[in-house]
Amino acid sequence: MSDQAQAANGNILVADRVSKIFGGLVAVNDVSFAIPRRSIVSIIGPNGAGKTTFFNMLTGLYKPSTGRILFDNKDVTRARPDLITKAGVARTFQNIRLFATMTALENVMVGQHSRMKAGIFGSIFRPPPVRKEEARVTEHAREMLKFVGLRERQFEQLAINLSYGDQRRVEIARALASGPSLLLLDEPTAGMNPQESAQLTDFMNRLRDELELSLLLIEHDMKVVMGVSERVTVLDHGEKIAEGEPQAVRANPAVVEAYLGKQG
Amino acid sequence: MAVATDKAAQGRFGIRRPALPPWFSPAAAAVCVLVAAVLPLFFQQASGFIDDSTLALAYTVMALGLNVVVGFAGLLDLGYLAFFAIGALCTGWFSSGFYGNANVHVGVSKFQQSLPGIHLNWLLVVVIAMLFCALAGVIIGMPTLRLRGDYIAIVTLAFGEIIRVFVTNGDELKIGSNPLTAGRAGISPIDGISFTGGQPFNQLDLRPWYWTALGMVLIVLFCNIRLRDSRLGRAWIAIREDEVAAASMGVPLVKTKLLSYATGAAFGGAAGAFLGAYLNTVNADQFAFSFSIFILAMIILGGLGSIWGVVVGAVVLSFINYRLIPDTLNGLPGTFGLDFELAQLSFGIFGFLLVIMMVLRPQGLLPERRREMELEEHIGADEQFVQVQA
Repeated sequence: MSDQAQAANGNILVADRVSKIFGGLVAVNDVSFAIPRRSIVSIIGPNGAGKTTFFNMLTGLYKPSTGRILFDNKDVTRARPDLITKAGVARTFQNIRLFATMTALENVMVGQHSRMKAGIFGSIFRPPPVRKEEARVTEHAREMLKFVGLRERQFEQLAINLSYGDQRRVEIARALASGPSLLLLDEPTAGMNPQESAQLTDFMNRLRDELELSLLLIEHDMKVVMGVSERVTVLDHGEKIAEGEPQAVRANPAVVEAYLGKQG
Repeated sequence: MAVATDKAAQGRFGIRRPALPPWFSPAAAAVCVLVAAVLPLFFQQASGFIDDSTLALAYTVMALGLNVVVGFAGLLDLGYLAFFAIGALCTGWFSSGFYGNANVHVGVSKFQQSLPGIHLNWLLVVVIAMLFCALAGVIIGMPTLRLRGDYIAIVTLAFGEIIRVFVTNGDELKIGSNPLTAGRAGISPIDGISFTGGQPFNQLDLRPWYWTALGMVLIVLFCNIRLRDSRLGRAWIAIREDEVAAASMGVPLVKTKLLSYATGAAFGGAAGAFLGAYLNTVNADQFAFSFSIFILAMIILGGLGSIWGVVVGAVVLSFINYRLIPDTLNGLPGTFGLDFELAQLSFGIFGFLLVIMMVLRPQGLLPERRREMELEEHIGADEQFVQVQA
């Protein structure tokens, strides 16, 4: 299927035969992939399968060795991370990467950087437009923190002092604050107990329904993956070995082999 | 008011003290400024106190500038003397008789108008110096953009050395028949400062110099505080904390880092332009590598990233360097029958002080609120907190 055809089908993001080669190691090999608008899709695979590398290419942290990435019908293959964020892709990290010595609120305000205008002289002299912008951004950050369920008295605690679950929440709020249309979550339930994972699953559905986002997750928790995803893509050794609806993928012999090894 | 609330959060030495009343911080700031302003009236010029204080204030401006780069954005810059040099050179170029065959006078006194050379009003020179330095800051910043941590330090260190060597050998570099610098001999005399184009400040009364330096400190303080609590300041701190996450949140790394270099350099250039005029000479020997370390030590002593800490660190180290060691305690080894002067050991003493600091109080004298809170546990919630207000 050509790019145009896929885009016309209402995909928000299309990766077309993307590869990433580190020296002699092929981390991602010729993967094509699309995310339909307002959907939740997952990438799974054993450790070292190239999931996070693929993620990093979508967000501009790595430049693909070959292939193209289209977001919203625009080519973002070699765009800088901040421009991709500005275009509407936000992400969280596998190991939480909050700005440790900033408060929860400030973290979320940084997320809105690309939606703000104040430059160096505006920052120093603070004319009325800059003041208004700061007020708006502060208010929006508070809304986002409330939306992810942080308690008000935690807004002004340093990120590093928050509990693990709250740090996850703040990281999602920070990503949401940038006003994305696509949210990438890298192992969002890592370290969570079953109740928390279940809450997060509900939360992801809310994101899609209330904020009209598309979501892409990398996830190891099969319960979450099977419960929330409309489509699952399986990577192994950098290659796409299966793709489809959760139930079909689960029954796929190639997937079983990748996870459990060859039987017999 | 940003200035006021900031004072409240930073001005406390002990965290566990009860919260101060809201009027305390503006009042304390006003008192500090007032005391600093009237201080020189109580000292005779001969005591040297005004001279030392003026230098301390100029170095405070430098340290606040470097704090933008090292403290906020976390880019370790060991070549900061470059901006002192460029700022001072601007006074040499644009407010002295160095280029005797030129005849340019803008906004200077009648007497200076009769002198050959380029004589611009000092305010103009400061603006030029800041622009030159901002440009130089961007130039030094560019090769470091792909680097991190220690490697940035090495590149900036080299840049500082390049500027030093340039000033030393600039007398051989000529445009037409005009040398670029006067090398070790130095460009001297340099016009005194005059804001209105009247009689310039002279060395007989140092108080106007002192007040000028104090005014510069206040302006740079204001800029520092405003910048820290702004979109740009948050982006700098975000880069310091986690560059990858910052980029992924929409912070353009190149632009933001270059802005921090340029801003820090511009403040350094302003201080350099002041020092060029105040010291009345611009020569190569002023620009030693140790100067960069001296300014950096002020920041670390005071508390990396903490605006008030940097002010305290700069004043304390300047006084130790220019008063305590060479004047007050200089004869100390002699009284013990030792055959040297304390001034010969000044860098050894600085090193010792820094080691002691790192062991006893690694966060600095007046640590940045963030680092302070990081070290104490869970005090963010109930504290009166500095917040970016509209």
